[in-house]
Amino acid sequence: MDAHRDANPPGSVSARPVLEAPDIARVLTRIAHEIVERAKGADDVVLLGIPTRGVFLARRLAAKLEEITGGKTPVGSLDITMYRDDLRLRPARALARTEIPGEGVDGRLVILVDDVLFSGRTIRAALDALGDIGRPRAVQLAVLVDRGHRELPIRADYVGKNLPTSLRETVKVQLTEEDGRDSVLLGTRGTAAAEQ
Amino acid sequence: MKRHLISAADLTRDDAVLILDTAEEMARVADRPIKKLPTLRGRTVVNLFFEDSTRTRISFEAAAKRLSADVINFSAKGSSVSKGESLKDTALTLEAMGADAVVIRHHASGAPYRLANSGWIDGAVVNAGDGTHEHPTQALLDAFTMRRRLVGRDAGLGRDLSGRRITIVGDVLHSRVARSNVHLLTTLGAEVTLVAPPTLVPVGVESWPCEVSYDLDTVLPKSDAVMMLRVQRERMNAAFFPTEREYARRYGLDGDRMAKMPEHAIVMHPGPMNRGMEITAEVADSDRCTAVEQVANGVSTRMAVLYLLLGGSEPAVTTNNARTEESK
Repeated sequence: MDAHRDANPPGSVSARPVLEAPDIARVLTRIAHEIVERAKGADDVVLLGIPTRGVFLARRLAAKLEEITGGKTPVGSLDITMYRDDLRLRPARALARTEIPGEGVDGRLVILVDDVLFSGRTIRAALDALGDIGRPRAVQLAVLVDRGHRELPIRADYVGKNLPTSLRETVKVQLTEEDGRDSVLLGTRGTAAAEQ
Repeated sequence: MKRHLISAADLTRDDAVLILDTAEEMARVADRPIKKLPTLRGRTVVNLFFEDSTRTRISFEAAAKRLSADVINFSAKGSSVSKGESLKDTALTLEAMGADAVVIRHHASGAPYRLANSGWIDGAVVNAGDGTHEHPTQALLDAFTMRRRLVGRDAGLGRDLSGRRITIVGDVLHSRVARSNVHLLTTLGAEVTLVAPPTLVPVGVESWPCEVSYDLDTVLPKSDAVMMLRVQRERMNAAFFPTEREYARRYGLDGDRMAKMPEHAIVMHPGPMNRGMEITAEVADSDRCTAVEQVANGVSTRMAVLYLLLGGSEPAVTTNNARTEESK
């Protein structure tokens, strides 16, 4: 959904995988263990995925947490479109679903889940969106890939893979639920995608 | 750059479905403790109402405020319009105040079109009802209500109303709601039947994409939704039917008639209702009547329209006025 992150330029034939399906599974298992460790059992954790792919990652993390703790972890989605700071730079975009679990977020540990952490602006918007929904005890951030180039003072609490990139490169996360396969691709921005 | 909503006929199927899907997400904001989004912060929406209206104006006002836009209400009564100011001068005043969108209701058909195409203002123009021409946001909220009730709240996302049979009953001649609904519902794939006394069917209805019937009782069993139009007493300057009682008996919806409708079918009314005239209290107060729900859906739908027209650098809905001209 964020063209900054997952635009896959038509011209980028050279995209090479940096994470494959087994790597992604392993990484998510590790993050799940880290969550249980840091949250001391993950009793009050609520996972909120940022559409589109963050939602699938949040659901997978919830399944892993259930394997580890035996308890159900509430999982939902948080659309940030209406809170973006670049709304006026592009045509109005379609909204995605915000689904807050029945338990709500008040007094809980909310973990935001996204696929790629880049400028940090998406997460800034997510924090604003979350503030209109309730008051969590704390908010943490889990991402599959941190590609650097932050434009805001934001960092992730759980990182699947740190991927140093140049601004000319693109990072594309593919997940089975959306793209039919699991992988993280690193490509070079083609001239076709120069409109970004 | 075209960024107006003048006629329901300007909307393509995909545009209409996008508006309905967006409205579905907007509706969820109403369930939250903080019913506000920052999306249109710093934008100014002017409600320019030359004709009386409570629900449409309040609905647009609530929609704009929930999106954090600044709202200026301008009604012709008590303004310079009552001193004889022209539409052009009013428009230039609004432009000078920096209106990003003008929501206009006017007693003259075509006033919003004139406002949008005159070059008087740069902002978006949203038609909130012009004369007996169109009322596109009403049609959108009606379609939204139908999709929710007939297809399903979540199941309806991304889908249109194909195959649904919608009956619109009453004063079609004076009804901008009927006109907009015929265009929009047809675009969304529904089959529309108009039922009215012959005197209240507009000239040229043959060119509309719908059926016309004079007998309500034969149409009711085949309807998924029945929309009762208000008998517009204020526009009844000629004898369109002998007595109100006769109209109510032939074209009014009462409990017995409602029983002839299929189990799942709903009764709709754009409001304000004339109880005892086109609809009896029994029907108006039944579970199958969506009149109150339509009001709530109106806010969500108008939020969607304002967001899609004003939310980005250019509108996401490609309403092209050239097509209006073609269809006329």
